[in-house]
Amino acid sequence: MANDDYKGILVYIERRRDGTVAPVGPELLGKGRGLADKLGAELAAAAFGPGAAELSAELFAMGADNVYVVEHDLLKDFRPRPYAKALAQLAREAKPTVILAGATTQGRDLAAAAATYLKTGLSADCVGLEVDDAGLLKQTRVSCGGRVMSDWVTPEARPQFATVRPKVMKALEPDRSRAGETTHFNVDLTPDDDVGEVLSFLEAKETVNLGEADIIVSGGRGLGNPEGFELVRELAACLDAAVGASRAAVDAGWIEYAHQVGQTGRTVSPKLYVACGISGAVQHLAGMGTADVIVAINKDEEAPIFKIATYGIVGDLYEVVPALIEEIKNRRG
Amino acid sequence: MHAVVCIKQVPDTQELQVDFDAGVIKRASVPLIVNPFDEFAIEEAVRLKEKHGGAVTALTMGPLSADEALRTALAMGCDAAVHLLDEAFEGSDTWATATVLAKALEKMGEYDVLFFGKATFDGDTGQVAPRVAALLQLPMLNFAAKIAEIDFDGKKVTVERLLETGREVVRANLPAVISVVKEINEPRYPSLLGIRRAKKVDVPTWDAAALALEKDSVGSKGSFAKLERIYRPPARAGGEIVPGEPVDAAKTVTEKLIDQGLI
Ligand SMILES: Cc1cc2nc3c(=O)[nH]c(=O)nc-3n(C[C@H](O)[C@H](O)[C@H](O)COP(=O)(O)OP(=O)(O)OC[C@H]3O[C@@H](n4cnc5c(N)ncnc54)[C@H](O)[C@@H]3O)c2cc1C
Ligand SMILES: Nc1ncnc2c1ncn2[C@@H]1O[C@H](COP(=O)(O)O)[C@@H](O)[C@H]1O
Repeated sequence: MANDDYKGILVYIERRRDGTVAPVGPELLGKGRGLADKLGAELAAAAFGPGAAELSAELFAMGADNVYVVEHDLLKDFRPRPYAKALAQLAREAKPTVILAGATTQGRDLAAAAATYLKTGLSADCVGLEVDDAGLLKQTRVSCGGRVMSDWVTPEARPQFATVRPKVMKALEPDRSRAGETTHFNVDLTPDDDVGEVLSFLEAKETVNLGEADIIVSGGRGLGNPEGFELVRELAACLDAAVGASRAAVDAGWIEYAHQVGQTGRTVSPKLYVACGISGAVQHLAGMGTADVIVAINKDEEAPIFKIATYGIVGDLYEVVPALIEEIKNRRG
Repeated sequence: MHAVVCIKQVPDTQELQVDFDAGVIKRASVPLIVNPFDEFAIEEAVRLKEKHGGAVTALTMGPLSADEALRTALAMGCDAAVHLLDEAFEGSDTWATATVLAKALEKMGEYDVLFFGKATFDGDTGQVAPRVAALLQLPMLNFAAKIAEIDFDGKKVTVERLLETGREVVRANLPAVISVVKEINEPRYPSLLGIRRAKKVDVPTWDAAALALEKDSVGSKGSFAKLERIYRPPARAGGEIVPGEPVDAAKTVTEKLIDQGLI
């Protein structure tokens, strides 16, 4: 089939466990709107699972022209196989030239399987996307632990498929006056596709959704002991931030692995990253080097973290962090 | 029990040298290691064998040097290894890599569980495991932090998957594909005995023909994703040390963050 038959942009809308729209979907609609306008094509959103139809209005407001609602008994919980098969079926029918999904655990699982069913390429965890006049999507990635940027294209296969790092793209201001078309798409799934049964979900004790957090306060070996995280949590609490950690702190057993930022932990792009007692090893920078603003607190003025910190404070974190907390509280009244 | 661990040899990213003018990563001068996430995969497979009996096979697609990665896996306790080696495999994207691995796994035949790392350190796509699962029509259990239960007779496995907001406990039929995160275990160091034993193992190499793969269906020709260019990440503005006593600096920074509407 000729590539010219493929038009428009399709954004997979990830939903949280409570059914609400995860922020990465609107972010991708924001980016997708720009790409679709450049191509003079439609921007579609795909929402799966029970109650998906009720999300239409919100998705139109965030930029979608068209919402595909996909409901099926096998699409109640997110499972990679039925979801990926459903997305592949939708793509064969709707023929978007570009599909975007969030580079979340769900998006990565789904996109890799769907791209395989569709026999197409996939760029993972993109931080930049552009289309040229011919409709070719340039997919920008960071790899090798943040040391290398690369641009990728999918010259022949369609759709062009990418997962995109959360918080890198900007959602549009919601415009409730926008309207669009809702299409119910019927998928063909069989019980054979029902692999894997979710037995339970163990909610994390504290916010560990580092990917969605606007602000992250992280602690490293410089805390000196596990109690140090109490101070980190106190600062995080007054900034409404999530708590992160270096691998050294995790390996010391001071905090759970789910909090680890870096090459063997999570990759994050918050608006503000506060590093307390973290030296700034390349493997740590790989996970947070794309934060908008970095504040580093370290008693060693030679620490590598200062090379990339927007604001570096040289000093004992046990002096600096309490001072920050006090100042923030004073300023905010 | 037969477990297969898919591993990749990668350049040590810490030592990585990139020739940005030529737009290439200088492989020759960089130490090569087993992808760190894959060490967790090897360890988990070897632990299963130690508990349940059976055998573990390490599988890699890579150039001649990748033999060293297989030897490391053998030294850590794998029983056998297969090296997928052919110039035609060079330049494979995740689709082509998964195609080659899936063919090799079909050729291998009997297995109960396939282990992968969460992602590679160089490419960092995390796609190969779910693509292999899709090609082989097997359940995919991504981001496993714990194998809670595994029953080889009843052909069931229960794992805890580490997601953004917590852990999902999920059960699937065997054979299944499992990718692992760092939390799952603490990989062992190869013992001297293991290293000696590993040297003696005969590692078969399979090329495209052995896998009945057309040369054009793999490698850069068989890949959908094409690299256009590599370049240096934009330099971060920064490196400003805020002057003054620590406590004063803290005040200054707070003011700046408030002015910028960040907090
Ligand atoms: C394969 C591999 C993967 C890795 N993956 C990761 C990863 O995902 N994430 C990660 O973070 N690391 C990772 N690492 C480890 C990384 O190389 C570093 O060892 C680690 O990041 C160091 O953590 P840290 O900065 O907390 O500790 P350190 O490097 O020990 O730094 C502690 C810092 O605290 C400062 N300090 C001490 N006391 C105080 C005080 N009272 N006040 C202020 N400052 C103080 C010190 O000056 C020092 O700079 C990986 C390493 C390898 C080999
Ligand atoms: N060439 C390869 N040979 C064998 N296994 C591989 C290869 N490339 C990737 N893998 C496996 O797939 C996982 C994810 O790799 P990637 O999708 O490249 O991030 C790795 O951790 C390995 O377990």
